[in-house]
Amino acid sequence: MAATDPMLDSGADFRTRLQAWLPKIVLAPSFAVMVIFVYGFIAFTLYLSFTDSRMLPSYDLVGWQNYERLFRVRQWDTAIINLGIFAGLYIVISTIIGLFLAIFLDQKIRGEGFLRPIFLYPMALSFIVTGTAWKWILDPAIGLEVTMHRWGWESFQFDWIKDSDMAIYTIVIAAVWQSSGFVMAMFLAGLRGIDNEILKAAQMDGASNFQMYRRIILPQLRPAFLSAFVILSHLAIKSYDLVVAMTDGGPGTSTWLPALFMYEYTFTRNQMGIGASSAVIMLMTIAAIMVPYLYAELKEQK
Amino acid sequence: MAVASSDTAIRSSNVTRTFIYLFLLLFALFYLMPLVIMVLNSLKPLSEITSGGMIAMPREWTIEPWLSAWSTAQIGVEPTGLRPYFINSIAMAVPAVAISTVAGALNGYVLTKWHFRGATWIFGLLLFSCFIPFQIVLIPMARILGLLEIAGTTYGLILVHVVYGIGFSTLYFRNYYAAFPTELVRAAQIDGAGFFQIFWRIMLPSSGPIIAVCCIWQFTNIWNDFLFGASFASGDAAPMTVALNNLVNSSTGERPYNVHFAGAIMAAGPTLLVYIVAGRYFVRGLMAGSVKG
Repeated sequence: MAATDPMLDSGADFRTRLQAWLPKIVLAPSFAVMVIFVYGFIAFTLYLSFTDSRMLPSYDLVGWQNYERLFRVRQWDTAIINLGIFAGLYIVISTIIGLFLAIFLDQKIRGEGFLRPIFLYPMALSFIVTGTAWKWILDPAIGLEVTMHRWGWESFQFDWIKDSDMAIYTIVIAAVWQSSGFVMAMFLAGLRGIDNEILKAAQMDGASNFQMYRRIILPQLRPAFLSAFVILSHLAIKSYDLVVAMTDGGPGTSTWLPALFMYEYTFTRNQMGIGASSAVIMLMTIAAIMVPYLYAELKEQK
Repeated sequence: MAVASSDTAIRSSNVTRTFIYLFLLLFALFYLMPLVIMVLNSLKPLSEITSGGMIAMPREWTIEPWLSAWSTAQIGVEPTGLRPYFINSIAMAVPAVAISTVAGALNGYVLTKWHFRGATWIFGLLLFSCFIPFQIVLIPMARILGLLEIAGTTYGLILVHVVYGIGFSTLYFRNYYAAFPTELVRAAQIDGAGFFQIFWRIMLPSSGPIIAVCCIWQFTNIWNDFLFGASFASGDAAPMTVALNNLVNSSTGERPYNVHFAGAIMAAGPTLLVYIVAGRYFVRGLMAGSVKG
């Protein structure tokens, strides 16, 4: 076959060039989608947060006015304080429970294969389902409280979900129930990765179990602690469904979180500018946690 | 029985082990309790619940609440039961899972086996997009869905879930393919195999586990989504989570708690089933999404 056949040559040429471009062509739709729907939308919301948008987007800039108003609104204060309480307790309690469950499960437990899925299944449920269950369990009229009364413990009282000072803590209970098994799974994976030889050596040197955990095992779990913290904190900041299902922000506005605030102000109260500014603050908070973490992960992989 | 086997470095006394077992069992009860309460109360008449018997076995068993939740309960204004919304969720989740998984597989393949300048940057941007609070995209998304005339439809929700699902599906496949021997790809290239041939013949046949992980997680996330459903499809096209929330929070008069619980189990059913059948992949996906794969 003649190598100089022009038809064949240009055909082969085209195919080679196509092959060279194919990877980029295949990636292009996802890239375009990401640029428009994620980063373009972020830019748009950022822009709106500097405009006087009310019910509909407006393009008239008003400077930092929305942010100034945002931090004067009482409900935003409530939302931020609630987020502090909720995120703090949620992260700490989930981590402690998850860590102990993992350590205990790692002691050659009979029935581990039976227990582990039980600890983890709440992760498969929707927050709306979780919220529905806990809403009625904690409802003093039909749930735990009245059951205790019927069982003879007349003075038992647990009406936090109806108490505007305490309702936020009931959200913590449900959220911990949902995620602590997940933290357990992360710690368990970390524990299983620790070299048993090091532990045996330490034991021969006379280290007690407690010392081994404190000095050898826990320090080696640092990546798991970090991942747990990052994942839980970003879940806490995004929390929306669970609150809607359990208290719908109530009693009053006492269980509002930033995500509820954003939704209410944007779509119910027609204060889109303020809503947009609250969304920007949520994004910035998450970015402050996620960007350094992801950057470190990506750098490590290279 | 309680003596730790010899291949572990941690030994503990019988007292400690008893304590450990108690602790673990206690927590098992804590995790199971809400599910058990939901199931039991969905099978008893309302009067047993309202008279203070929520934490008790049903005295009289009935499937009436299930029938009501499925086909006659008041959702919003219509007494349709949850059935149409269950179908909505299926119609939304299946295509969205399929499309985002295919896209994720191709992206992961390109990003790991066809290096080009900026690939890490693109992946980083995709990765961050997994974690954004979706409040930041709600307003423009509402506008775009309106412009495309798919606001308030299942098509709109499919688009939304594909768009925001691609980040995670790419993450799964990228981490999985990163461990796949590149030499095999290069060898196939030398033998004249093209881009899609390599993907089809070499990558895909060994991708079974990660496809399972990706499908399971996309399905769980999309099925369980509430924010997008409530924002973009609150009417007839509402997904199951939104309908359940309407059922629980809008009933007037005497609240049919038993129907609420039956509805909650229906909403939890598909993802719970996936978890029971494929728990192994579920845990793997959990890890891949948090600790690096």
